[in-house]
Amino acid sequence: MENSRRSFLKLAGISAIGLGTKPVLDAFASSEAHGEKHGPEIFPNQEALTAKRWAMVIDTRKFESEADLDPIIEACNKIHNVPKFKEKRHEIDWIWVDEFKHVFTDLEHEFVDDRLKHLPFLVLCNHCENPACVRACPTKATFQREDGIVLMDFHRCIGCRFCMAACPYGSRSFNFRDPRPFIKEENKAFPTRMKGVVEKCNFCAERLAVGKMPACVEASNGAIVVGDLHDPDSEVRELLKNNYTIRRKTHLGAGPAIYYIV
Amino acid sequence: MNDKNIIITGLIIFFVFLTFPFWYNLGKASPVPEPKLTDKAKAAKECVEPKEYMKVEHMQILDIWRDGVVREANRVYISKKGKRFNMSLSTGDDSCMGCHSNKAEFCDKCHDYTSVTPYCWDCHIEPPKEKK
Ligand code: SF4
Ligand code: SF4
Repeated sequence: MENSRRSFLKLAGISAIGLGTKPVLDAFASSEAHGEKHGPEIFPNQEALTAKRWAMVIDTRKFESEADLDPIIEACNKIHNVPKFKEKRHEIDWIWVDEFKHVFTDLEHEFVDDRLKHLPFLVLCNHCENPACVRACPTKATFQREDGIVLMDFHRCIGCRFCMAACPYGSRSFNFRDPRPFIKEENKAFPTRMKGVVEKCNFCAERLAVGKMPACVEASNGAIVVGDLHDPDSEVRELLKNNYTIRRKTHLGAGPAIYYIV
Repeated sequence: MNDKNIIITGLIIFFVFLTFPFWYNLGKASPVPEPKLTDKAKAAKECVEPKEYMKVEHMQILDIWRDGVVREANRVYISKKGKRFNMSLSTGDDSCMGCHSNKAEFCDKCHDYTSVTPYCWDCHIEPPKEKK
C-alpha cells in the first residue's frame, strides 16, 4: 500500500513537469519554424528625406505683401486637398497669413517698427518639441514622430477637438462640413478628409517620404528652408547661426520648430 | 374546450408568419459574387501575396500598411516571396487601386454581398470609373 502510493506520487510529479514544459517547447519549435520562412517585411523608402529633428526657417525679409505669400499657401492647399469654404466659421487652414500683433503676442508693443507692423506673416503648425495637442488627444490620432514632426492619423480622429483646445497657436481646423464639395481641384494622390475630423499642416510628411521637399518650400523661391536642427552643418543651422530669429510664444515652453528671420 | 380549432388555426398562422422570411426568399439566394480583375491585375498574375491569402487577409494587410505608412513612415513592403511593393491604397499606378482600378466590380462586389461598408472612400479618392 505504502509502496504504491509513493510510486503514484512520483509518477504524478513527473507527468506534471512534462505537461508544464510542453507549451514552452512548442513555442520554441514554432519560432524556429517561423525563422526559416521569409516573413513579409516593411521598410522606409530609400530616397526619403530624413532628419533627427526637423525645423523650418522662414525669411520674412524676402516677403513684402500678401501677394508674395499667396502662391505658397495655394501650393499647400492644392496638394493637400484643403477645402475653401465661403463662411469664416467653417474655414480650414494648414498655412495662412496673420499680423505681427497676433502672431508674436508676447513681442508685440505699441511702438513696434512699421515694417513688422504691416508685414504679413506665414503661420502654420509649429511641430512643437512638447506638443500640447499630442498630450490632449485621447486616441493617439495626433502623435509626434521621432524626427519631431507632429502628425495626424485621420483614421483615428474621433473629432473631440481636445487638440484644438490644447494648441496654443490655433494651428488646427475642424471639418464642420463635408469638405469634398469645396475642393476645387482634387489631387488624386492625396486623400481628402471627412466631416468630423481635425486637420493641420503635416510638414509634407508624404513628400519627405518620397524624397521631395515640402510644397511651401518649393513654392517660396528660397524664402522657406527646412532641415535638420540637430545637424550643425545643415542649411537651417547655417541660417540660424547667421541671422536673428524669433519664434512664437516661446514662454509657453512648447518649443516651436518654426523660426522667423525678421 | 371548443376552442381547439381556433387555437390550431392560430398556431398555423403564427408558424407561417414565423417562417415567412425563409419561404419568401426560397430559391432566391444570390450566387456568391466573383470579383472581376482588370487586365492589369490579370497580367500581374499574383497580388502582393497569393490569392487565397489576399482573399482572407487583405483587410489585415491594409491595416498594417496604414499604420506603417501613417505612423512609421514605412512605405516599402517586401512580400513573403521577397517581392517589393509600394505601400499605398490609392496613390499612383503601383498602389492597390492602381491595379484594381475597377472598384465597383472588384471591391464593392463582395463587400455589398457581405454587407461590409468600409469607410476608405470617405477620404481616399476613388479611381475614376473604368473606361471600357
Ligand atoms: S502648433 Fe499646435 S498643433 Fe502644432 S504641434 Fe504645436 S500644439 Fe500641436
Ligand atoms: S479631435 Fe481628433 S486629433 Fe484632436 S484630440 Fe480629438 S481625436 Fe485627437
